[in-house]
Amino acid sequence: MKKFLTTALSVLTALSLTACSSSTPASDEAENNTDSSTENETVTTNGKIGVILVGDENEGYTAAHMEGIKKAAADLGIASEDIMWKYMIEENQACADAAEDLVDQGATLVISNSYGHQTYMQQVAANYPDVAFISMTGDTAAGSGLANFKNAFNQTYQSRYVSGVVGGMKLAELIENGEVSKEKTPDAYTADGDIKIGYVGAFPYAEVVSGFTAFYLGVKSIVPNVHMIVEYTSSWADQVAEGTTAEKLIADGCVIISQHADTTGAPAAIQAANESGKPVYSVGYNVSMLEVAPKAALTSASNDWSVYYNYAFKQWLDGKAMDIVTDWSEGYETGAVNITALGESCAAGTDAKVAEVEAAIKDGSLNVFDTATFTINGEAMTEETGCDLDFDGTADIFPVKDGVFYESNTKDGFRSAPYFGFIIDGIESNYNG
Amino acid sequence: MRNKYDKPHDSVKEPLIHLVRRVDIPASKAWMIRIICVLLGMLVCALFIMSITSLNPVSVYASMFSGAFGTPRRIWQTLKDMAILLCIGIGLAPAFKLRFWNVGAEGQVLIGGLVCAAWMITMGGKLPNALMLVLMAVTAMLASALWGLIPAYFKSKYRTNETLFTLMMNYVALQLVEFFVDVWDKKQSHSVGIINGDTQSGWMPSLFGQQFAPAVLIVGALTIGMYFYLKNSKQGFEITVAGESENTARYAGISVSKVILRTMAISAAICGLAGFLEVSCVSHTISSLTAGGRGFTAIIVAWLGKFNPIAMTLITAILSFLSRGANQIASDFNFNTYASSILTGIILFFILASEFFINYRLVFRSKKGKERAE
Repeated sequence: MKKFLTTALSVLTALSLTACSSSTPASDEAENNTDSSTENETVTTNGKIGVILVGDENEGYTAAHMEGIKKAAADLGIASEDIMWKYMIEENQACADAAEDLVDQGATLVISNSYGHQTYMQQVAANYPDVAFISMTGDTAAGSGLANFKNAFNQTYQSRYVSGVVGGMKLAELIENGEVSKEKTPDAYTADGDIKIGYVGAFPYAEVVSGFTAFYLGVKSIVPNVHMIVEYTSSWADQVAEGTTAEKLIADGCVIISQHADTTGAPAAIQAANESGKPVYSVGYNVSMLEVAPKAALTSASNDWSVYYNYAFKQWLDGKAMDIVTDWSEGYETGAVNITALGESCAAGTDAKVAEVEAAIKDGSLNVFDTATFTINGEAMTEETGCDLDFDGTADIFPVKDGVFYESNTKDGFRSAPYFGFIIDGIESNYNG
Repeated sequence: MRNKYDKPHDSVKEPLIHLVRRVDIPASKAWMIRIICVLLGMLVCALFIMSITSLNPVSVYASMFSGAFGTPRRIWQTLKDMAILLCIGIGLAPAFKLRFWNVGAEGQVLIGGLVCAAWMITMGGKLPNALMLVLMAVTAMLASALWGLIPAYFKSKYRTNETLFTLMMNYVALQLVEFFVDVWDKKQSHSVGIINGDTQSGWMPSLFGQQFAPAVLIVGALTIGMYFYLKNSKQGFEITVAGESENTARYAGISVSKVILRTMAISAAICGLAGFLEVSCVSHTISSLTAGGRGFTAIIVAWLGKFNPIAMTLITAILSFLSRGANQIASDFNFNTYASSILTGIILFFILASEFFINYRLVFRSKKGKERAE
């Protein structure tokens, strides 16, 4: 028996070891800044770019960053040997270790693509003042007091709004041709007679709230009486949970369902429901969902990260990496955000409407968070409305100006990461994780 | 199981290969088998590399070596990896020697780390750092010892299955960590980030300018201590006897349940110490990734090292080298990280196989016998 146990245990452990061997027990900052300073004197003329990625090319969000980096590098003539990649870096000390290792290998610009990397990037940045560190989607650079630590975040809420317009156009069409009506689809209406739309969110953080509010306002600009139900998966990427959450929203009667979660779980579930004859359509995120949901997918809100990387790499090539703005945020104006190709199910005239809205956002005549278009607990936002960024109970910034809530307003010195964290009237946010 | 009714030897079809247990294999021969197996493993890895890429295996091995030892920083990183893994392995050794299958190291490390993080977050800056470090180390070890005593108590009192019990406790510990991370997380990021980054309260001071030197020294001393504890102390003898046979132990007047409780408390406390070192000296944060699977990897360390702390040090060195090296080739050659895990897996498979060939001998059907049969 004992021999059996022994064998069984060694087999078990062998299995567990192969499962664990990819994990990287790693560390954060080393104290020896001395050897780094000599290596980093080349920062003004050359060096390499180090990239720390939370996933690899198989994960949509990371794939979009990789594409952006490669495009920007190709445009600027940066050789592929000058870019070092670290894939599948977990949001723990493995990130600090990866960052230090990149510096060791001659990186003078280090980029990480996930929010959770930020705390480790900041720690390493403090130890290597001659190397520029960029924590994408982060929010602590401005408060860190470090000249070599930067944040950047696209104004994704703009493309969210436009994707909402696409969804609104479809909804209006469905109502007009009678596919959605109180008689035919009673589930799609609330007790107050509003039409239900849904949203699969990851976490109830400002980044997500800002995105779904913009999406909701986009739909609402076309169909005024909409009610949005937001359900959360408590994960940025969970194929199964996103699918079941979408199924729940479909069962609730939602007609248009969008998402802030990184997989194709929701569009696939929506496509299945659509094929079974339910009028329900998907608005995706990051990548076009037409492949998994050819009939149900309308479009996806998306980012073109190459716009930022182009800017940052250019500064770096010019020896001005330290002058990269601490907080960078751009949108339609420079092409940093967009929506993916429209699906065949989109309503007639969507193309023209999208072009019109995009042009209005670009020239500033349309503001996504126009305080005249929404209320919170029945009241409109005023210039006294503040955002509590450090969660200490007091407002830190007041982003409302001239009837507009300015999101990611780096021009006025605000951070690039979204801070619109309000649940507005008409949105039902069901977080219980 | 031959007996007199067996048919005569000639008429039985003898298998082509059969296994014979080796009794006393000389140490030199055992090491030769191990070295041959590792070399064979590297050969298979080389074939794997060449078959999926057009890379030269020698340059891949050179890259692995550079990943683990290429710069002083990398050497310290490898040493640090070794220190934490070995610390957990050293914790497991006495329990395994007792044949108490403690597969709960993962959770015991997390509990130790969690207690340290709790001190750092709630008392950061309010106590002198030296006092803080002592309190963190002591309470981390106590908490983990208690955590380990739970399955030990049930085993000694109710004969519950300790493998399952300790395994389940890992998940409880993991959920506790997740829960407290959410409690402490002020920024809604599902992470506590680096704790006390500004004050460095509860951070182990660096030694000789090396952040990880204290952890390496502590684990070094612990390894030597455990070697003598198991080999020369009365308690070590009791563990050996009770592990070999409970009845013999009882006959010799050893209270087996007392040995189980005591050994498990020590085992878990050392795992808790690993949690303390990880949080205070290495990562300065707590998350569900803090133990990072090393509680399981350490089982291999203890097992392959035959619970001998010195041999375990060697095994840890190989594992740490493989893990660092594999990450380096992933980065250097644009491998997917899974590819480098495959390489690590192949080499480990061969190390495990070497133990098989040390314990068993293959005997081929002899030609002579075959001829005679014809």
